[in-house]
Amino acid sequence: MDIQVVKVGIVSCSGEEIPEGTLCRLACRKALDERPGETVTICLPLFIAGGEEERTFAQNYPTITVDGCDKMCAAKATEMLSGKPSKSLSIPEILKKHGLKPPTKLRHFGPEEEAAVKAVATEIARAVDEVLEEE
Amino acid sequence: MGKKHKKVVVLPCSGIGKVYGAVARETAYELVEKVRPGLATLTCLPLLVINDPEAVALVTENPVITIDGCPKDCAKKSVEAVGGRVAKAYEAIRFYKEHKDLKPEGIAEVTDTGRKLAQVAAAEIAQEVDKLAAGEGE
Repeated sequence: MDIQVVKVGIVSCSGEEIPEGTLCRLACRKALDERPGETVTICLPLFIAGGEEERTFAQNYPTITVDGCDKMCAAKATEMLSGKPSKSLSIPEILKKHGLKPPTKLRHFGPEEEAAVKAVATEIARAVDEVLEEE
Repeated sequence: MGKKHKKVVVLPCSGIGKVYGAVARETAYELVEKVRPGLATLTCLPLLVINDPEAVALVTENPVITIDGCPKDCAKKSVEAVGGRVAKAYEAIRFYKEHKDLKPEGIAEVTDTGRKLAQVAAAEIAQEVDKLAAGEGE
């Protein structure tokens, strides 16, 4: 009997221009590293720059998008170019929920930003659990 | 000599899976924050993926330098997909090949050696930024 292992796709906004984008990348990376057998990622621009395999990402994996601002690039791009995400997370909403201030720098995060990275990674992990339960 | 520009867009790779994506970003941040602040400017690469009008205008009205982290060249292709023309395209690994003493590590963010490599890369790319701002090299 074949046992199919479902992996959850995590699509991060890369947000190079805003501190929340850096927070998004670091939290997604943390979530990916902590759940290596259950998660997979793709670079968002590969929906355009990649091939068929990249464009069918959200059809092959239930997908969680994580966005750093209300433009929601990750959610919109995933839906437009690959497939509807199972869940869409927003960094501003997560920070608000946890009573945390938004980060203020683009790079070299340290202890001051650690709580925010941890909170977002925790919410991603929670979303991964929920998606896996639904599958 | 071509048209002078007040902005030169520097677009790095968005990847969170490979070290050279992080080197590309660190290089772009070094340019924008320290080496050529006010002249070198960034936008979020995913904004081009969703055709955001402001981001599209930025890369179609100003010279663009891309710094990619892998041969898939997402940054370069994303600019071209919205009708922008890339004035100069770099791959971050090239800087390591030229500076083997600076082996970068880290994926989402680079460690100290990667930061040093990014400083070297930014210093080199700054020369190109200056040329493009002056209307040369387009």
